[in-house]
Amino acid sequence: MPRLIRMDHTGHSTVAEWSASDDAAYEAAAAAFARELDEGFIGVVSEGEGRAAQVRELPREADLVILRRPIAGG
Amino acid sequence: MAAPAGEAAALPEVGEVHWRPRESAARLARRGRLWTAWTALCSAQFAATAVALVWIEPLLLPVALVALAYAWVLGELYAQRGGNTLRPARPRAGAAERVAQRLLGDLLAHEPRELQRATGLALEAGELGTWLVGEAGAALVAPGGRRVHCFCVRVDDPELPPSDRIAHLLLALRCDEAGFATVANHVFSGAPWRLRRRLPRARRPALDAALARAREAM
Repeated sequence: MPRLIRMDHTGHSTVAEWSASDDAAYEAAAAAFARELDEGFIGVVSEGEGRAAQVRELPREADLVILRRPIAGG
Repeated sequence: MAAPAGEAAALPEVGEVHWRPRESAARLARRGRLWTAWTALCSAQFAATAVALVWIEPLLLPVALVALAYAWVLGELYAQRGGNTLRPARPRAGAAERVAQRLLGDLLAHEPRELQRATGLALEAGELGTWLVGEAGAALVAPGGRRVHCFCVRVDDPELPPSDRIAHLLLALRCDEAGFATVANHVFSGAPWRLRRRLPRARRPALDAALARAREAM
């Protein structure tokens, strides 16, 4: 089942789960995703070895969408 | 290449450093040469001072030796700045770290995963070279393995476990490598052996693996 997770102090937390065929679950997950973006998180989909893409909308078909915090020069 | 709908090509964090030119292989190579020239110039000033002191008054030899020591130490201090980017920020222990380690492991292929578990550094091949990603910084071994650049870069959340910190940086790097190098603060460039001496022993195999990868890539 596709998952939306947020990296946090627990390691990571599951924010939402959905299935491509369940519109209501997907809409709820998309709303949760939008709320996290408003909080300053950035959505990322890992696309296999060495590749990832940022997403502004929750991809319905993705297996895993990860929410990360912004990075900055130290 | 345009990003598909819903995807963003460049790191959003690049907007926070809009005055910086976007990094590229050519810019990094130029930056490396400038770094070497600047370090040599600074060291040469102390060395020249030492020679002048002895020439003016041989009894000033002890002072000249101090100046020579400064000339040597300067390069070491710069290398230390580089080494600090790959030092562990906090112990890799606790339940949160175990959860974070599993996620990070899922993001890595088999060999980099084993290397990360052993050394705490994630190896990532990129267009600009071979990266080593730590908790509060990253090192880039240029193709050929003759130069390494160190960057200070982090995620600003003190409660994150170490592996989550690495995962944050790794995902940002994978999304936009040049953007990642632009956002990060460049703190050292020089020969890999200079950096290696400044790394904790447990982390040196990661640099060795990155060097081997960078040499293969040529």
